[in-house]
Amino acid sequence: MIRVLVSREPIDIAGEFARVEQGGAVATFTGLVRADDGVATLELEHYPGATEAALTRLAEEARARWSLTAATIVHRVGPMTPGERIVFVGTCSAHRAAALDACAFLIDRLKTDAPFWKRETVDGASRWVEARAADDHAAARWT
Amino acid sequence: MKLLYFAWVRERIGLAEEDVTPPADVATVADLVAWLAPRSAGHAAAFADPARLRAAVDQAFVPLDTPVAGAREVAIFPPVTGG
Repeated sequence: MIRVLVSREPIDIAGEFARVEQGGAVATFTGLVRADDGVATLELEHYPGATEAALTRLAEEARARWSLTAATIVHRVGPMTPGERIVFVGTCSAHRAAALDACAFLIDRLKTDAPFWKRETVDGASRWVEARAADDHAAARWT
Repeated sequence: MKLLYFAWVRERIGLAEEDVTPPADVATVADLVAWLAPRSAGHAAAFADPARLRAAVDQAFVPLDTPVAGAREVAIFPPVTGG
């Protein structure tokens, strides 16, 4: 079962976790907005339609590569504050190694392959977050 | 074709989208960017450094040397920063 959701609403961890528990092994990743360097707010912009398609392609790739019984990607968009959940990835497979690897693959690849842009506010000034070379390297290890 | 702009590209241009009909010699996304740059001060600012731009043709990420012939929707944006 593949589930992809891009939403302005808070991420319902309990509900998402329950949906991804399809038997065997479940791995999940939750990303929270950090207060690095005094970040007060974070706003996520995305490319409606293309975002959902990109995430669905990634989830389908993971399902095929690791024989997943479930893969969930939920990504928040719009304004957020530190501590809020920005992304949830869950994978379920018969065995732990597949679930863990698939989960790492999805979070690494969605950072480089899905059209999201972060804008943060620090001390009242707003700026776009620059892409990081480390994210490209993390994504490249799965190719 | 329909053009979509995101993040600081959108902000610099001051538009989220526009419809354009490029001339026949605009063959690739890079050509399109070069052709669009003189349209306004905002376009010029957004497209000043093409190395900082990324694109999608009909919602698929592509390199800037990708042909645009027949494309319905071209999106131009900065490198992505989700997750």
